[in-house]
Amino acid sequence: MNTPLTIKETQEGLKNKSFSAVELVDAYLKKINEKNKELNVFLTVTEEEAYKKAKEIDGSDKSLPLFGAVTAYKDLYLTKGVRTTAASKVLESYVPAYSGTVVKKLEEAGTIMIGKTNCDAWAHGASGENSDFGPTKNPWNKEYVPGGSSSGSAAAVASGMSLIAMGTDTGGSVRQPANFCGLVGLKPTYGAISRYGVIAMASSLDTIGSFAHTVPDIEIMFNALKGEDGLDASVINFPSPKKKSKYTLGIAKEFFLKGLDSEVEETVNKAVKVFEKMGITVKEVSLPHTKYAVPVYYIIQPAEVSSNLGRFDGIRYGNGRETFGDEAKRRIMLGTYVLSAGYYDAFYLKAQKVRSKLIQDFDSAFTQVDAIISPVSPTPPFKIGEISSDPLEMYLEDIYTAGINLTGLPGLAIPFEVSKKGLPIGFQILGPRFSEEILFDLGNKFHKEIDYKPSIAY
Amino acid sequence: MAKLTKSDVLHVAKLAKLDLTESEIKKFTPQLAKIVDYISELSEVDTGHTEPTSQTTGLTDVFRPDKVNSDQILSPDAALSGTEETHNGYFKVKAILIERSDK
Repeated sequence: MNTPLTIKETQEGLKNKSFSAVELVDAYLKKINEKNKELNVFLTVTEEEAYKKAKEIDGSDKSLPLFGAVTAYKDLYLTKGVRTTAASKVLESYVPAYSGTVVKKLEEAGTIMIGKTNCDAWAHGASGENSDFGPTKNPWNKEYVPGGSSSGSAAAVASGMSLIAMGTDTGGSVRQPANFCGLVGLKPTYGAISRYGVIAMASSLDTIGSFAHTVPDIEIMFNALKGEDGLDASVINFPSPKKKSKYTLGIAKEFFLKGLDSEVEETVNKAVKVFEKMGITVKEVSLPHTKYAVPVYYIIQPAEVSSNLGRFDGIRYGNGRETFGDEAKRRIMLGTYVLSAGYYDAFYLKAQKVRSKLIQDFDSAFTQVDAIISPVSPTPPFKIGEISSDPLEMYLEDIYTAGINLTGLPGLAIPFEVSKKGLPIGFQILGPRFSEEILFDLGNKFHKEIDYKPSIAY
Repeated sequence: MAKLTKSDVLHVAKLAKLDLTESEIKKFTPQLAKIVDYISELSEVDTGHTEPTSQTTGLTDVFRPDKVNSDQILSPDAALSGTEETHNGYFKVKAILIERSDK
């Protein structure tokens, strides 16, 4: 059988008995067995757990919001009894004693966990190449990167090895791989979804992101996951904004920077035209501090990384600090440097102040528009090895994404076109804090307008 | 702004408890120097009247009731499940103090 593309298709098939949940798991595992060696998507496949859950679903009343949805987790999500590595040799054989909130909520909503996915180790990277277990390959063309850091989660959904997947987005790690793999990817507002039981990267930036083929599926996942759990103190319950019949969409001239690939620029411009055709007013806004987002991000993020990775001492679990890979070591040292005596004011405090400027830019833009359209990555997908030798060049990949984490805003990556090289290319829409519903509405209407049909790479 | 040197790398590695090999020091020093150079761009932004931000949704202190939540407690066995070195139900660590030699 062909694996389904949406939650609805999955649930209709199960309800009509076109297939059973066990047969569904068979189909996904078949894909995994055929392609995982080649693409390096999963670090652990949870076959036994998947069949156990599938049998439960086949015998249940099929009323849960996500029943039957086969789900993959970035290997940063703690899963009780299932190895969780952060794609780092430090946690090569770590088996968590508990599951996090997202895993529990999705479990209770009727999903079937199929496995744990590869990623840049500790979520440090924009290509998937920093994994200590080898790079993941882009299912659309295996010479190319799938994007990162949630590389395996994006590749799993794009290749039909999982229906949906969870990732984390600290500086673009869901939106950029979604963009490179032709998927919808959500980075929610900071504090919308609990991060309890997800290995922390940079705590003032970390968010729980999701991958699916369609906007409605992302919306179902978001509604199942949002809200306070009492275990992540940054989470707040929030009222959903009202959907409108008429929207104003902003576009910032500062996004069209030197270094923006012409194909990406054309895609964004083409999307703007579609929105205009839909009757949406497009208005220019100004985000003057855009070019400082990456330097601010590469101060605040490594500072928080150096603190969060301080706990890995190899005593209570895991291996010693010598087993950290190069990128983790670089970020720990950079973070330690910007926090150290004599440099704190010039780097860390300065970055926190420029962070306030970035927030002011966006807050003022959102007094004039409902949402802002932006590129996701400055380039279309690049080849494995093409830029990985220069850490700074890889950091510049985050130019359009990191600012959204620094300001705590939600961003929805939307697949749209195919690049000249045959790889996916899209854009993102950004909104005020807790405006996810508006982004879903805009994304949904956009896909309806272009009659978007999702597809699987294999 | 000052340039990052090999001695800075050795200093931060010590602070961060990372033992670097000679070849790592050689590799990381120019890479980190280039990154530090790049992030130093921020000095050109006027932040004279700007307050720093560390939390974006405006939350300040978040409290919870001072009650034991039994769902949140790991059993001693579960807590020790990730380590190979235990002693009487405790984590076993290397000695961090040495015997006085002046007695």
